Amino acid sequence: MTLKTNSRRPVKGPTPGLWARYRAYLSRTGLSPSASNYFSIGVAIAGVGLTLGPIIYLVLGGFKDLHQYAMNPSGLPDPFLFRNYWGILSTGLFWRQMLNSAFIAIVTTVGVVILGTMAAYPLARYKFKGREVLYGVFVAGLMFPLTVAILPLYLMIHSWGLVGNPFGVILPQIAFALPVTIIIMRPFVAALPKELEEAAFIDGVTRIGYFWRILLPLARPGMVTVGVLAFIGSWNSYLLPLLILAGDPAHMTLPLGVTAFKGQHGSDNTAIMAFTSLSMVPALIFFIFMERRIVEGLTGAVKG
Amino acid sequence: MTFTTASGKGNGPVVGAKASAAGPRPGSPKNKQPGNASARKWAEIGLFVGPALLVFLVFVVYPVISAVRYSFYKWNGVKQFSEAEFVGLDNYRRALFGQGIFKKAYTEPFLTALSHNFEIIALSMAIQLPLALLVALILNRQFRGRTVVRVIIFAPYVLSEVITGVMWFVILDPNGIATRIVEALGLHSPAGGWFEDVHWGFWTMFFVVSWKYLGLAIILFLAGLSGVSKELQEAAAIDGASWWQIQRRINIPLIGPTIRIWAFLSIIGSIQLFDMVWVLNRGGTQGQYSTVASYMMDKGFYRSDWGYGSAIAVIMFLISLVVAIGYMLVILRRDNSTTAKN
Repeated sequence: MTLKTNSRRPVKGPTPGLWARYRAYLSRTGLSPSASNYFSIGVAIAGVGLTLGPIIYLVLGGFKDLHQYAMNPSGLPDPFLFRNYWGILSTGLFWRQMLNSAFIAIVTTVGVVILGTMAAYPLARYKFKGREVLYGVFVAGLMFPLTVAILPLYLMIHSWGLVGNPFGVILPQIAFALPVTIIIMRPFVAALPKELEEAAFIDGVTRIGYFWRILLPLARPGMVTVGVLAFIGSWNSYLLPLLILAGDPAHMTLPLGVTAFKGQHGSDNTAIMAFTSLSMVPALIFFIFMERRIVEGLTGAVKG
Repeated sequence: MTFTTASGKGNGPVVGAKASAAGPRPGSPKNKQPGNASARKWAEIGLFVGPALLVFLVFVVYPVISAVRYSFYKWNGVKQFSEAEFVGLDNYRRALFGQGIFKKAYTEPFLTALSHNFEIIALSMAIQLPLALLVALILNRQFRGRTVVRVIIFAPYVLSEVITGVMWFVILDPNGIATRIVEALGLHSPAGGWFEDVHWGFWTMFFVVSWKYLGLAIILFLAGLSGVSKELQEAAAIDGASWWQIQRRINIPLIGPTIRIWAFLSIIGSIQLFDMVWVLNRGGTQGQYSTVASYMMDKGFYRSDWGYGSAIAVIMFLISLVVAIGYMLVILRRDNSTTAKN
């Protein structure tokens, strides 16, 4: 990488230009080879500070009471008060909303991964008339964002009596996550060795048996990638829950719960800080374990 | 895709009646399958694709078509849709070319919201892109703790827009820490409060959006940079190229495709931006950073003007469609043709 260039000083080059003289100067003064490295580290520290600073401030603010917050908004809590956090963790509503979020995200993820992989299999392997048209229908779904469909979608779910029901959120979320899933899974399924399929058929395995017993285990890496993206999308979603699950806080997901809590505790900023901090925790834990998968999925989606 | 030609060939008999109706197909009698095998194949296809297709048609395609239909009606959502009044293009006319009272009540707020979307796009390209690119280039080297730094910078991506919005709402409270810091520096915080100030509100919202999404851009660019050949960079360095020359002549052009895809996603996301804006006081108390989506929800859902809201949704869809197709034709086409050559 660029750092290595420092050790290869181009002083012997045909025309020792300004840059070479600068390098020589750096090495004479002892700034080389790490001067530019310090600059990188400085930028890294600034980036980390700007990212973590607000989050840490939020978490610390949750340990204050309103008096401390007013007198000393920037310093450490003194003393640390656990009342805000304890109050939220002990009432059950927070846990309830977290469970709602988890249930909706998990069912959405499982649903979209299974349906998407199932659809990807014939689209990748069967030869049939209209296959590309069918694929095109799903791909066109990328062009239809949820915001465009939300008003009729709400009316439909309302008329089915699914308002307040987690499945009123899950089913549309599965539908809107299908295009990306199928687009990522189809080449993945197509890349599995064909010989495997032929060998399985010779052994008398049916297509369906092949799908369940051989394809699904082999396609797991792709499914994990797709699933991680679907899970984050569902966990963070706001618009659908806002319409479908509003009203009763016991039905809400965490993002909705945060806004409801903020509405209720309008002026109690420290309680809002505590609630918001706590609601970050599951996403951050998930992120720490899945960071690599998320990046893989995103770069895969971008490149693919 | 490249399979298009393959799908029609050699499997004519499989489709049975339909294929023969469409005319003679190439295919020797040898691979002619008995009728029930063909039926079985179609049953399998139906079994595999059917559930996904059903869910997709019911929850994506049908609502989108309904939105187009509703947009031609005046409807408050309370009475049956069959009793709604057909008004033709009136809803569109109100949004785009309203006169007199309609101009003040419909056209102006809509065009304001729309202009906010385009300002966000412009600012993303003018501020977020260079900033993220610069940070990515600077961080693209070995140093201790590199992995940790990358993970932390990327972390806001996983926080929901809602949680991010509420967090900054507290920090940027008119009596909050941001105000105190700014005033301790001897500066003035925005007179009406960070979000409420007519002039600064939009910038504050843009700052919060950038805080959440800069990390994503940096990580994508870093992933692209990790694919750039190190030999190329070293060779250039040996030839005496400066750091900036290496970036400008080698690294930036080579991650061009990544940058262009990021820009595409950013533009589409900016047109549909809703969550963050809605959490921050529904686009601001005076609509100082309303977007098309927040305006649509306000009119359509919360003021029960379903026909008008649907018209706004359709306009938003058409804008993103035109932008997306234009972008693909003009900018992404180059990338696709180069990858096809490889």
